[in-house]
Amino acid sequence: MSDVSLVVNGRKVSGSVEDRTLLVHFLRENLGLTGTHVGCDTSQCGACVVHVDGKAVKSCTMLAVQASGSEVVTIEGLANGAELHPVQAAFKEHHGLQCGFCTPGMIMAATDMIRRHPEGLDEATVRAELEGNICRCTGYHNIVKAVLAASKTMAKSKGKAKAKAA
Amino acid sequence: MYAVTYHRAASVADATKLAKGKDAKYLSGGMTLIPAMKTRLAAPSDLIDLGHIADLKGIKVSGKTVTIGAGTTHSEVANNAKLKSVCPALTDLAGHIGDPHVRHKGTIGGSIANNDPAADYPAAMLALDATIVTNKREIAAAKFFKGLFETALKEGEIVTGVTFTAPEKAGYEKFRNPASRYAMTGVFVAKSKDGVRAAVTGAGDNGVFRSKEVEAALSKSFAASALEGVKVPSKNLMGDLHATPDYRANLVVVMAKRAVAKAG
Repeated sequence: MSDVSLVVNGRKVSGSVEDRTLLVHFLRENLGLTGTHVGCDTSQCGACVVHVDGKAVKSCTMLAVQASGSEVVTIEGLANGAELHPVQAAFKEHHGLQCGFCTPGMIMAATDMIRRHPEGLDEATVRAELEGNICRCTGYHNIVKAVLAASKTMAKSKGKAKAKAA
Repeated sequence: MYAVTYHRAASVADATKLAKGKDAKYLSGGMTLIPAMKTRLAAPSDLIDLGHIADLKGIKVSGKTVTIGAGTTHSEVANNAKLKSVCPALTDLAGHIGDPHVRHKGTIGGSIANNDPAADYPAAMLALDATIVTNKREIAAAKFFKGLFETALKEGEIVTGVTFTAPEKAGYEKFRNPASRYAMTGVFVAKSKDGVRAAVTGAGDNGVFRSKEVEAALSKSFAASALEGVKVPSKNLMGDLHATPDYRANLVVVMAKRAVAKAG
């Protein structure tokens, strides 16, 4: 057993878990944050993607104890109260989901992708960047549309914030 | 996954001390080891986490000499501007390993020490004539990669980094298995003042190897057209449900052509 302490969605949390406990199970079972999903369990599908210290990782392929001391953001940490995060809003607007199982991982991957591409995104880049996220319903078309729309919205609001600051 | 005891190493010396007398495995990014433990293909009693050792991270480029710490992630290699300016083939290779989330965790040292027969980095190391640096010694890539998942590493020896001289030109291209996305055949070509080297991953039945035939053709002229009609023997190539040895032999030439075209 090991003690694990993390900051998850801005909240300090800790627990004592078996060393073999995966981060995704710690989030779901110890913290009750069931928005992060286990899809394939073989590091391929990306339903379990969360951010650890600001980077998207597959939480089914990382031990909870390995992450101890890190900051974690899950799908539950994106919205600001009742106000959806721009990526969440874009997935809703563009019907970027059908069954919804892959959606938390898709959205965490998309926010990470948008952060890493401040220059903006095009369709080819979004499709290549979604290599690690599998959707078995929609055929990706609306997911790609949603990511592109969110990237534009976020660039605009950033621009506005800058203009305001100036 | 079977039960395991986790240790976080503060330094390389600490890591070897922690591993002593145990059936331990060193954990870097964990992108291969953790899936292998989940399927119980690997079942170490102890895991020694190297992921928090600052000394193992970072990329140095001084003139043409490149040094990459073993704990540097694929994403860090892919996005390093200095490295890109002297060896864009390697940043390109790193940017096409796995997927973005895997690249945030997986490391060059982990990939090299694991020596998966379909991994990308071993081909680059062999073609670049890189030196693999461990906590004990320096080993030429040609002597380091021994076979399937087999390296020259001895008990208690940890890869701490790699170093190489940037080539004049280099390129890497792979044919991905459509499901696993691993290289079914990948070829890294490099041209330096000492000549042309071409290393093949994903195809050899004993891991990464240099292709004499590709090297001979490219030594005459470093152009895709020089590989026209070149035949690579299918002896000692892998055959499985995805591709026969003959198919892979053909892929070696096709990937080499594309790699040279990419090298410019």
